[in-house]
Amino acid sequence: MSTLESEVTPGIARRRGVADAAPRRRVFRPADPIFRWLTIACGATVAVAMFALAGVLVVDSWQAITTLGLEPLRTTAWNPGGGEYGALTSLFGTFVTTLIAMAIAVPLALAIALLLVELIHPLAGRVVGTTIEMLAAVPSIIFGMWGIFVVVPLMQKYVEPWIQESPLGRLSVFGGTPMGLGVFTAGVVLALMILPFVTAVTRDVLRMVPQVVKEAGHGLGATTFEVMRSISMRYALSGIAGAVFLGLGRALGETMAVTFLIGGDVNTIPRSLFDPGTTIAATLANTFSEATDPLHVSALIELGLILFLITMVFQLVAQAWLRRARRMSGSRA
Amino acid sequence: MALTMTDVAEGRPTIAPPRVAEVAGGQRTSEEFDELPSKLSVRGLDFFYGEERALCGNSLEIKEHRVTAVIGPSGCGKSTHIRCYNRIYELYRDHKAGGEIWFGGRNILEPGTDLLELRRRIGMIFQKPSPFPMTVFDNIAYGLRLHFKLSKGELADRVEDALRRAALWDEVKHKLKEPGLALSGGQQQRLSIARAIAAEPEVILMDEPCSAIDPVATAKIEELIEQLKSQYTIVIVTHNMQQAARVSEYTAFFYEGYVVEFGPTTQIFENPREKQTEDYITGRFS
Amino acid sequence: MSAGAQTPSQRSVQTLAPARRRSVARRRVVNQLVTAGAWVAATIGIAVMGWIVVTVVRRGIGAISWSFFTELPPGPGEAGGGLANAIVGTVVITLGAALIGIPVGFFAAVYLAEFGRGGRVATAIRTITNVVLGVPSIIAGMFAFAILVKPLGHYSGLAGSLALAFIMLPVMTRTAEDILNLVPNDLRESALAIGAPRWKATMGVIVRSARGGLITGAILAVVRVSGETAPLLFTALSSPYWLEGLFGPAGYAGGPTANLTKTVYDFATSPYQNWQDLAWGGALLIIVAVLGVNVLARLVFQRGKEWH
Repeated sequence: MSTLESEVTPGIARRRGVADAAPRRRVFRPADPIFRWLTIACGATVAVAMFALAGVLVVDSWQAITTLGLEPLRTTAWNPGGGEYGALTSLFGTFVTTLIAMAIAVPLALAIALLLVELIHPLAGRVVGTTIEMLAAVPSIIFGMWGIFVVVPLMQKYVEPWIQESPLGRLSVFGGTPMGLGVFTAGVVLALMILPFVTAVTRDVLRMVPQVVKEAGHGLGATTFEVMRSISMRYALSGIAGAVFLGLGRALGETMAVTFLIGGDVNTIPRSLFDPGTTIAATLANTFSEATDPLHVSALIELGLILFLITMVFQLVAQAWLRRARRMSGSRA
Repeated sequence: MALTMTDVAEGRPTIAPPRVAEVAGGQRTSEEFDELPSKLSVRGLDFFYGEERALCGNSLEIKEHRVTAVIGPSGCGKSTHIRCYNRIYELYRDHKAGGEIWFGGRNILEPGTDLLELRRRIGMIFQKPSPFPMTVFDNIAYGLRLHFKLSKGELADRVEDALRRAALWDEVKHKLKEPGLALSGGQQQRLSIARAIAAEPEVILMDEPCSAIDPVATAKIEELIEQLKSQYTIVIVTHNMQQAARVSEYTAFFYEGYVVEFGPTTQIFENPREKQTEDYITGRFS
Repeated sequence: MSAGAQTPSQRSVQTLAPARRRSVARRRVVNQLVTAGAWVAATIGIAVMGWIVVTVVRRGIGAISWSFFTELPPGPGEAGGGLANAIVGTVVITLGAALIGIPVGFFAAVYLAEFGRGGRVATAIRTITNVVLGVPSIIAGMFAFAILVKPLGHYSGLAGSLALAFIMLPVMTRTAEDILNLVPNDLRESALAIGAPRWKATMGVIVRSARGGLITGAILAVVRVSGETAPLLFTALSSPYWLEGLFGPAGYAGGPTANLTKTVYDFATSPYQNWQDLAWGGALLIIVAVLGVNVLARLVFQRGKEWH
């Protein structure tokens, strides 16, 4: 080290006590850009995956799309062996099971979220919250097995006949022979599967309501329910809509449990909720591996494409609602 | 007024005790003070946040149709104290109050108290103006719909009435269908006042109502308090001593959870009995 | 100000008639009913959870034995046997998926949390990640089918891994991004302020402080994917044999690979009692693994949000 430097940085020179400063590390200059590009590449991978999926689905279903035209959307009989490719039954089943699931899960989820946010002791709340979250972790196939070996016999022996004997039984939607398997049972079990997701998102959204506003409501002499209903819900509405759409998306694509429970090969739109039916996912699960005829395979992939598009739309709508919820609570906080 | 609006707007500090407003018929002696009817009677109020004690044996008399100010340094328990009056602390699990608060012939800290009715009769304005996520009209109507059975016409009348009493009607009468959040800060606070008034309370608690709004709006609210006290009993927590001197007839000085001194505002500011009070008034600590 | 409203209070008091009051009792009752309803709902949720666990344990515990973990599946109706090859297969297939899904997901999260913040590219990637998260798992299987099974003409464990990786990727990205976002900005800034190059600041400081959460997130993502069945239905399919090497007909990339979930599905839906018993044993193993890891992860590292 020159005498000049030791004048300029006398402290360092004194501390080192020696002429030489520590050698500088050789900085590997390209490291940072490489790192950055690595992360971007990995980020882009998911985009590549999605577009690849979309592309593959379109390409492989092209044969069916051009050959079958609108037939899948207009006829109900799915009988590829006989040249029939009507997907209406599958579509119907998909939507109806989802509807039943949402009709059951959403009120339950709202109630549980209300409990967790307003009504419960923190310790008990942790237990309840964790149990519900565990429910989310249970794999679909377990729900399916539990469903078919435990729930179906119960439905067949007790619940469905009970409904049929009640005033509700007069509705044709509850007619038919109770077999346990069917659209209704599948919808009920599906509800239990999506319950944890809707609950969690709703709970998070309700927690974002500013405390001052809730206090103001209570300060006017409102009960907890009244504050929740008129004030919290208004704040949380977009978020709850997002939660509902998320649940819808999941229910639409749910495969294993529904396959176990909905009854299988069906070619007409079920007239009663207690009749067997099928969903797109169930049709795929049941028949894909046995399909040999290229047109059959292509048609099945077309079903997959339809399912993909539907769930993508619901997911995007859900994200839009959730973004709106976050923005609104941010501006009001 | 001893201090002008300009003084307030320019944040003029005072070192000498400020001159107290001449209130018509203002009480200045202890004897006259004792003779007035008490709206709220606090006796030995304690408060705990879990294990931690925040209020110690507070005793106060809140006089009817008067403005009582609660002053003291940050963290001394002023807000905690008045939040006991409407038991809003019940929302939180480990907040506990002990002692007695007499209101309407009953001790409202007793377990059997009807909280819904209590909170209607004792309204609260918070530091942060918090309109509900609804229209201006619905904000006012909220309390009305909760507690009363009213036809549409009656509802509209009462909403207008509340807004007039809060000196907000002229400013919002064309904006009733707009969201409450679209109003300015000062207007939102007056909206909160109107909202509380609509439920026909007897007492209005104000927890630092002017902290979060601009000085011009503050002056409007202080004028409003002056008008309101003939109808209601007002308790106002404030960290602004000049404000306390301007608007109140009685002042309570709190320090570390204790009521150090309580009496007519003129006496507190001109002739404090306790040294602590004097130190605070003269700005030796804040 | 409104000087015109001189004594508005007095004027109004005279013009308003006293109003009829709503019943406080009724409002209270409604509140109590709703509260009760909320408790009922929570009880339903907990009861279902307990019911499922009890059912699986009751029916599956009998099948758990040493041979369960060591032997190949028996023929229909035969005694003995186990699901050893399926267990091994699931482990291999899941690990194969993790080899892609975890690192790529992690670095994607690093991009979103560290470099992308607020930019348009990052927002787009986040949206796409959410969309892929919502893709039904059976469609992920279809994707792997179209890319690896159809062109090569045979099923394989590798295709199964690809399908599972497709699912794992967005899960890991989301989880990791949430965890990285929890690292306080001060830490970020002080690391850079010392003059550390970006990559060192990120990996050495930020990632290290988030290490616990990231590991937990990775484990949870892997475990969650290991319970999936639908993606394997037409990729790895199943097999009654041991996994042998990489490319032969019984190999990981060469032919159908046994796995726990598909085997459980096949056996559960079969009419043979011994197969159904084995299926319950498999179900028990799955649920113990999945729930056990979840609970452990929660205890070791107290965070929620692992199951999106």
